[in-house]
Amino acid sequence: MNGEESQWLTVLIAVLGGAIRVGTPFLFVSLGECLTEKSGRINLGLEGNLIMGAMAGYGVAWITGSAWLGVLAAGATGVVLGFVHALLCQQPRVNDIAVGIALMILGTGLAFFIGKPLIQPTAPHLPALHLGAWSDNPALRAALEINALFIVGVLLAPAMAWFFRSSRWGLAIRTVGESDDAARAMGLNVNLVRMLATMAGGFLAGVGGAFLSLYYPGGWSEGLSSGQGLMAVALVIFARWDPMRCLYASLLFGGAGALGPSLQAVGVTSGYYLFNAAPYVLTLILMIAASSTKVRSGMPGSLAAR
Amino acid sequence: MSTLALEAINVSKRFGDLQALDKVSLQLRQGSIHALLGENGAGKSTLVKCIVGFYVPDDGEVLLGERQQAIANPRDAHDLGIGMVYQHFTLIPNMTVLENLVLARPHLPAVIDWRKEREAIGARMQKMPFQLPLDVSVNQLAAGEKQKLEIVKQLLLNVKVLILDEPTSVLTPNEADEVLGRIRDMTRDSGLSVLIITHKFREVMTYADDVTVLRRGKHAGSARVADTNIKFLAELMVGSEFTSTALARESVAEQTLKLEIDTLKVADDSGKAAVKGLSLQVRGGEVVGIAGVSGNGQRELVEALAGQRPQFYGEIRIMGEAYAGQRADLLRHGFHCLPEEPLRNAAVGRMSVAENLAFRRFDRQPFSFGGWLRRGAMRAAATQAIADFNVRPPVPGIPIGNLSGGNVQRAILARELSERPNVLVVANPCFGLDFGAVSEIHARIMAARNAGTAVLLVSEDLDEILELADRILVMSGGRLVYETTPTEADPVIIGRHMAGHGEETHAH
Ligand SMILES: Nc1ncnc2c1ncn2[C@@H]1O[C@H](COP(=O)(O)OP(=O)(O)OP(=O)(O)O)[C@@H](O)[C@H]1O
Ligand SMILES: [Mg+2]
Repeated sequence: MNGEESQWLTVLIAVLGGAIRVGTPFLFVSLGECLTEKSGRINLGLEGNLIMGAMAGYGVAWITGSAWLGVLAAGATGVVLGFVHALLCQQPRVNDIAVGIALMILGTGLAFFIGKPLIQPTAPHLPALHLGAWSDNPALRAALEINALFIVGVLLAPAMAWFFRSSRWGLAIRTVGESDDAARAMGLNVNLVRMLATMAGGFLAGVGGAFLSLYYPGGWSEGLSSGQGLMAVALVIFARWDPMRCLYASLLFGGAGALGPSLQAVGVTSGYYLFNAAPYVLTLILMIAASSTKVRSGMPGSLAAR
Repeated sequence: MSTLALEAINVSKRFGDLQALDKVSLQLRQGSIHALLGENGAGKSTLVKCIVGFYVPDDGEVLLGERQQAIANPRDAHDLGIGMVYQHFTLIPNMTVLENLVLARPHLPAVIDWRKEREAIGARMQKMPFQLPLDVSVNQLAAGEKQKLEIVKQLLLNVKVLILDEPTSVLTPNEADEVLGRIRDMTRDSGLSVLIITHKFREVMTYADDVTVLRRGKHAGSARVADTNIKFLAELMVGSEFTSTALARESVAEQTLKLEIDTLKVADDSGKAAVKGLSLQVRGGEVVGIAGVSGNGQRELVEALAGQRPQFYGEIRIMGEAYAGQRADLLRHGFHCLPEEPLRNAAVGRMSVAENLAFRRFDRQPFSFGGWLRRGAMRAAATQAIADFNVRPPVPGIPIGNLSGGNVQRAILARELSERPNVLVVANPCFGLDFGAVSEIHARIMAARNAGTAVLLVSEDLDEILELADRILVMSGGRLVYETTPTEADPVIIGRHMAGHGEETHAH
């Protein structure tokens, strides 16, 4: 194997590992957003959920000494923020996008405020599975060090697809998301279904936040999230509201996010900032592509109606 | 006297300032078809929505099989064996027929076994009056099929009382006969009781056993169909003797060529060709009628003309100038349009009637001055237009989406006919309108024609075209396949061309 080739292999492996590591929060936030949007509401506040989740997860893990309790606490903050979002949105003449932006700012600010004392201490990390133990390539071993939450997320995507397709609750959510009137004619309580979907979506986004602080990049700081919560919204559109496609798209976004650091690791520094911008460029490209009408197939009816 | 399947007693319902229903009673006999008649906005939909618990009535009660029943929401109604097909489709377009049918069941299991469901529903579908493909997504069904699906959806629930809110508005007369015929068979065979809202006297006289008439939220009268006649019912509806407003066709001297369409090609939403090289010309003082079954490219044609589908091939010219459907084009050429489903295509449901009426000119004098909107002027103009076109309720400030279907139609027509149009395109202008409104709108279209407007009328109602058009074109498969005049027109030949079997007539 000559040096040049192995270098590119290293980049490839690093991008793969990054796709998984960087992609996991995307996965949770996008599944959460997918769930909420399927019910006909957009929650732009998930960026706030993510950061609150990261802070609360880190704090609780530090206090209790259990990373998994931290994950649960992160989810719980998401549920609370989701509840507030839903409660505000069901008031007359209230716009869900505006509420989402307000909650994003609130969640972020609150997390920075409460989280001040958490910058120093170290909390326990989430466990990882060493799936690369068979290999003697250290890069591959590092890449295949896979976090348990990623596995949960990977299982969650098909489970959610099944839930939408074959469970009563999933069908109720889709019906509400397609048409208020149809849902009401079926006797469904539209606001209640939306509230539950938003709370469950908030839970998932919170868990995504716990991954940030309890695994990768790990620790609590104000620069922890770089807009993953917002990019996940674009990702759901790209995935056409399909949980399985959310999984693939998260890996794609994760890989794009890992491109810059991986290249730097092998000494390619010239376009560093450019490569680091890859996820944002990808978001823009996807949004432009999604504005064509054909991609909109699969969009929940009540989102399309406005 | 036979037993009652359902009885509504003194039902009242108020929306804000408007008493939509005022102590209305109605008796539906077991195994009969009961028609509910009334002008647009009379409260028909509101009454049936109160019966099934979609609205909670302010007062009154509903008796089912002579027992008083509390129906708090549509699910309670389901449980009591009452099924309703709403005026606006409640199917879910992005789901398949099978999914829609399963979803309609009030008590779904927590987990749905799709294989079992499709077998069970497939088997029961065989015995239904209409057969439908289970795996097709609903947005691919034509309007007639959707209506059949709505009815099948209720029948599969074993309803004992079926309520149909204007099921035939979107159907061709043949489809309506098929649907109503099958439903009448079911009332005779299996004791189904049906309450049906319609604007078509023909359907009442042919299929209904009893009839109730509402007028402005009040009960105006009830009768056995056998003991009544159309004239009596019409007078009950409007509350006085009905005087037809039909206008005579005048000969128009100046017949300049106003609208030209030259080998127009338009794609539908999925990118497939819907209009395939269509050419036609409309002169001032002429109504050109395009007949055809829906889904043959009419919608795309009208949307291209209205500027809602900016990408097309071929050319549209007005007064010899190229026309691209931009707002400036519309204003300069005096192009006006009443598309089908105006609430969706020509109005913003959550904005007020006054704002909707000002859409064409909101940014010019007198509606706007120095960059500021002048709401007072808008309101004044709207109040005038509402009075001229008899929009009810006559309140410019309410959201247009709260008006009854017929009144939305009138409001948009008021906007489009407010200035004298040069070119007027109307698509199915009378869907769901009561007979008074139909004759009034026909008169207005005729008046525009007599004043020199070039009118293109796209309609699925052949009678309407025969009444109004100077020239009749038949559209099928995205093309114009036949041309005739009202005097020479033969409905049988036109019908054959509409169905796409035109060649057979030339064969012999
Ligand atoms: N949700 C609502 N809010 C306010 N007003 C309403 C609402 N629904 C109906 N109305 C008003 O109540 C009146 C009766 O409406 P309804 O829909 O029952 O009429 P309809 O007889 O079914 O007419 P159409 O033949 O046009 O369907 C109308 O004036 C309408 O504007
Ligand atoms: Mg109605």
